[in-house]
Amino acid sequence: MKADTAMASIRMTSVNRPRAMAGLAVVVLAVGAVGFPLVFSSPVVTNYAVYALIFAAVVSAWNVFSGFSGYISLGHAVFFGSGAYTVGIAARDWHVNGVAVFALLPLAAAVGAAIAVPFGLVALRVRRHTFIVITIAVFFIFQLMAYNLNSFTGGTVGVSAPFLPWSPTSFNDHFYYIAMGCAAGMIVIAALVRRSRFGLQLRAIRDDEDRARGLGVRAMRVKLAAFVLSAAVTALVGGVWFLYLTQAQPNSAYDPLFDLSIVLMAFLGGLGTIAGPVLGALIIEPGQLYLTIKYTNGYLSEILLGALFLVIVLFVPRGIVPTGGEWIRRLRTRGRPASTTSAPPTPTSAALPPEASEAPAREAKNGAPAREARR
Amino acid sequence: MSALLRTEDVHKSYGGVRALDSCSVEIDEGTVAGLIGPNGSGKTTLFNVITGYAKADAGQVYLADKKITNVAPDKVFTLGIGRTFQLTRIFASLTVLENMLVASRHGRSSARKRAMEQLEFVGIAGHHAALAGTLSYGQRKLLELAYVLVADPAVILLDEPAGGVNLSLVNHIADRIRELNAAGKTFLIVEHNMEFVMGLCDRITVLDSGGVVATGPPDIIRTDRRVLNAYLGEDLEDDDPDPGEET
Repeated sequence: MKADTAMASIRMTSVNRPRAMAGLAVVVLAVGAVGFPLVFSSPVVTNYAVYALIFAAVVSAWNVFSGFSGYISLGHAVFFGSGAYTVGIAARDWHVNGVAVFALLPLAAAVGAAIAVPFGLVALRVRRHTFIVITIAVFFIFQLMAYNLNSFTGGTVGVSAPFLPWSPTSFNDHFYYIAMGCAAGMIVIAALVRRSRFGLQLRAIRDDEDRARGLGVRAMRVKLAAFVLSAAVTALVGGVWFLYLTQAQPNSAYDPLFDLSIVLMAFLGGLGTIAGPVLGALIIEPGQLYLTIKYTNGYLSEILLGALFLVIVLFVPRGIVPTGGEWIRRLRTRGRPASTTSAPPTPTSAALPPEASEAPAREAKNGAPAREARR
Repeated sequence: MSALLRTEDVHKSYGGVRALDSCSVEIDEGTVAGLIGPNGSGKTTLFNVITGYAKADAGQVYLADKKITNVAPDKVFTLGIGRTFQLTRIFASLTVLENMLVASRHGRSSARKRAMEQLEFVGIAGHHAALAGTLSYGQRKLLELAYVLVADPAVILLDEPAGGVNLSLVNHIADRIRELNAAGKTFLIVEHNMEFVMGLCDRITVLDSGGVVATGPPDIIRTDRRVLNAYLGEDLEDDDPDPGEET
């Protein structure tokens, strides 16, 4: 009966005001995103927007694996580059032209997933630093293959995308909506994963993998599934990026800065959240692009990227979204008694003695107590 | 009564240290069994071997005559053995309710209902929306017990459930164990708190240097010379015979 009452309270709090506000914000953002190219029609501006959305999709995909599971992958460029090369090579060898080339995107996703299975089976056996090192090693293997398998990948020249029959004035707009579809789709997938039992298991693995295993979580299977999902979407978006850029070369498709950028985006916005990585991508990618275009003969953007990473890790380690949420919560609860989120409420159940909420008694640690336990 | 959980001649070494040495233990169905012994006697190692966290070098582990030696922890849990840890291991960044749902194998709504029932049972349902990392140590102990219960395991292994918690909570935990045992659950409890163990357990096994020194009802164990020697040392046999005083 008490459990029913508690369940009712969960249902009531689930349709609260902050959620309605969040829903409204999502609608406003969606309308703004759809109308963006109509308001800002300059190709320079839409170019920024296309890249920002491509990275929003990729970082969101990366976050579903790395953000939720805590396994920081620095090898997602493997999937991004392989997606780009898959579309390029398939279009070249199968003579696919025009908009039909977009039909190759699912193939790019499939190739990304196929690479992720053996990659994950090897890399996910280890944790933390070792996992990161393995992902970097696999990345360099793929980059070297792209350089050296000349007849297949085109070597240093790379592969070119087929011509798309779109006028130069609307070219960016088409890609804007395609990239937006990818980003929106990935955000929805990320939200669904986070709400699901699968997402819960991933987050449990992030907190304590061994404990999760002891509660029946098949950790390897769960991690691999997230890795494959993340890889498939990253490869698909890599295909979109290739068609937009019209060229894939080893150093651009398998770019070592790619993974550092998406890690930075996720950390800036908020690792493991839904909105955070997207926000990070929308801030960093246009900024990085602007600096690269403005200072063509230097490495200013890379230097600033590194400096920004240090600033984030030192001053906003949890990212904008979690930290911002905390500030808002503090402002709203200022002057009130401690809230339930920062400090648990007093137990409502009559079953628990009031002392249970207190810190553990020192004497119990020393093994003296509990004579009354014997009844 | 038949043995629900059984280990046979289990050996486990870490480098040159022999943690378990031909360790054989039997836990009868529907009982509360205690596992005691001095520090380093192999109690937690035995838990780890039973639950798949450590691999036995030799010997066998059986659950209801099914061999589960060196089976992975997730499989052991699915087969019906749940455990808690000496130092609580909860998912700090998840809410209390989400912690419960990790172990659940029910559908979404029934899982939530059952999780809330278990939280209600241990007495922390009021905290369901709080982050588990914000709970006090005692509440974490209760949460750990609750999320092991949510999957309805046949055997529950508790590693020092009364360790580091205050007297009232010790009593509260003891009451919950009694209620669950009355409902048919089988327990194996590692505990240094002798009053807790003696008052709760039907049968106690004493480990020393990785092997079983004695097994029997609490009253026998309390005065067993080998147990006293294990705890107090052979030269101290004329001292107070209650081993609980020394732990």
